[in-house]
Amino acid sequence: MRFLEEYRDRRWAQRYARLIARTVTRPWTLMEVCGGQTHAIVRFGIDELLPDEITLVHGPGCPVCVTPVEILDKALYLAAQPGVIFCSFGDMLRVPGSQGDLLRVKAQGADVRIVYSPLDAVRLAQRYPDREVVFFAVGFETTAPANALAVRQAHALGLKNFSLLVAHVLVPPAMEAILRSPANRVQGFLAAGHVCTVMGYEEYRPLARRYRVPIVVTGFEPLDLLQGIYLCVRQLEEERFEVENQYARSVRPKGNREAQRLIREVFEVVPRKWRGMGELPRSGLGLRAPYRQYDAEHKFALYSSGSDEPEDCIAGLVLQGIKKPPDCPAFGTRCTPEHPLGAPMVSSEGACAAYYRYRRRPSEGHGRREEVSASE
Amino acid sequence: MGRLLEGIVSALGGPPLEHRHDGAVLALPLEGGDRAAFTTDSYVVSPLFFPGGDIGKLAVYGTVNDLAMCGARPAYLSVGMILEEGLPWETLERVVESLREAADRAGVYIVTGDTKVVDKGKGDGLFLNTAGLGIVPSGVEVRPSEVRPGDVVLLSGDLGRHGIAILATREGLEFETAIESDCAPLHEPVLRLLAEGVEVHCMRDLTRGGLASALLEIAQSTQLHIEIEETAIPVRPEVQAACELLGLDPLYVANEGRWVTFVPEGEAERALTLLRDYPVSAEACAIGRVLPASEALGGLVTLRTAIGTTRTVDWLSGEQLPRIC
Repeated sequence: MRFLEEYRDRRWAQRYARLIARTVTRPWTLMEVCGGQTHAIVRFGIDELLPDEITLVHGPGCPVCVTPVEILDKALYLAAQPGVIFCSFGDMLRVPGSQGDLLRVKAQGADVRIVYSPLDAVRLAQRYPDREVVFFAVGFETTAPANALAVRQAHALGLKNFSLLVAHVLVPPAMEAILRSPANRVQGFLAAGHVCTVMGYEEYRPLARRYRVPIVVTGFEPLDLLQGIYLCVRQLEEERFEVENQYARSVRPKGNREAQRLIREVFEVVPRKWRGMGELPRSGLGLRAPYRQYDAEHKFALYSSGSDEPEDCIAGLVLQGIKKPPDCPAFGTRCTPEHPLGAPMVSSEGACAAYYRYRRRPSEGHGRREEVSASE
Repeated sequence: MGRLLEGIVSALGGPPLEHRHDGAVLALPLEGGDRAAFTTDSYVVSPLFFPGGDIGKLAVYGTVNDLAMCGARPAYLSVGMILEEGLPWETLERVVESLREAADRAGVYIVTGDTKVVDKGKGDGLFLNTAGLGIVPSGVEVRPSEVRPGDVVLLSGDLGRHGIAILATREGLEFETAIESDCAPLHEPVLRLLAEGVEVHCMRDLTRGGLASALLEIAQSTQLHIEIEETAIPVRPEVQAACELLGLDPLYVANEGRWVTFVPEGEAERALTLLRDYPVSAEACAIGRVLPASEALGGLVTLRTAIGTTRTVDWLSGEQLPRIC
């Protein structure tokens, strides 16, 4: 496949690994921000190619993982209402709320549908005018433009039966929260390439300056990651703290202006609660007043369950790079993909899921949920 | 009901079915040392028709292939149908026609069957079950316990087309190139290997759970270590692209016309040459080998990645669900 095999070339990977080893003179801890990057690192064993001095810790860039339990509870409540068609991307379905997950609500007869685009949900609202269609708008800056477009389209069509349960979050405030934390150990960032494709990377410059931390915008293939790590280590060794763009084949300094315009038109910046990290100021997106009628929380007068993730789940520490999944006493024992304590164990971008899938000795046979589910 | 049965029997009818008895009375052509293989599978695919196949073909080839994986020559099939009230006649006729065509192509007789109609809402259009009987020739011992350290793992062709074709049709996803299911009967190349005396230790078709699950089953039942090479595993560019986009791993995507064969190293080249004679296995290749069971690695499947590192291949938890971004 074009633009894939090239970035998985064994000789180039070994060459970059040697280059990194020659550059490094002391220990450094780097964080890859995005869960897609975490999975590539663990799946391809990129950390195994690195010299011992370099520690990779995994960041908060998994939208499923950072969605707090109380929003999950709202999703579960809405999905169970008669007349509601609840639409979600697939990997949200196994994430536990305080009372089960969307798959369980679906097994109990709720109309929960996996969609591939928020526009599919708009089409469902057109097709079923007597049903309420709710789309679970989860994600970072990457999914926000399409979700904004869906709201605009529903508005243009005059749909009264379409709404979003909004859980949008923003990357830079989370990075800043990590840097400000007294427990922080991150010395350099690999920023999320796809978020920067939309947003550009100008907003990272003040962060790099203020916290004296190199930020390298990085892609998702093995060679992208190795090159991103190399650029980051080189800056650290040379005591430079700049924003660099490794993912130039996709990312422009100012990003995608049209997409940003769409986001700004429909959404405004709001405070948002993150799983295990609490409420962060100016860290999320909510619908602007003219689009309030498409806000499911408003429309269905939802109130917060106030629930948090279970106490023995260390998702918050994992998402801030303070702990790694195998450091968790519940990892692989009380917390498995079949019986997760927290979202990082079930999301396709979750750090715990990556370690469970690629680093653990597979158990004999499959685990099992409590009731028969369509996903068996 | 009478009309339903009449239509199906006359469309499918081989000799034993024509007797309209409660069951088929069969003479099995067994010679000294031959054994019968018997298998069953149910088919609940949605949509019923998809690029490269339909539920009828799946139901025949799926069971024929399960027999072939035992080293059996497929002989007889049964077909059970569960129809949901309101299923259009035309749909049923198309499926029955497809069952007949597939049975003809695979050289098997449909000798007994059953239909039930359930209330609207209690089924999803049409469910099928087939059971199959086949003959395993004397001397053929094809099963996981025959796998030995040093065996080479042969894969019959590219991975993932069936699963992606179904997903794309069901969800209305459009890709630049239409992806067709690989749904096909596999008994001809399999029987050829056996007829030519290739020392086949084990075979497994790569249906639900894909290549990864099939290899894991064999590794765990033998407690041997199977090592495969990522770059040796063929995946078509359009399937790879769809998987990248949806966050799916082709190692776990279902196939309906792919299987792995375990043979001793000395037999691998000859087996590949024979397999490549057939369109369904024209791209057969070696993807890995079986290593002795060591304390640490017995029962494991490991993968040498494209960049030269090694990781374990784990069971999938449930089905793969497409990701957010």
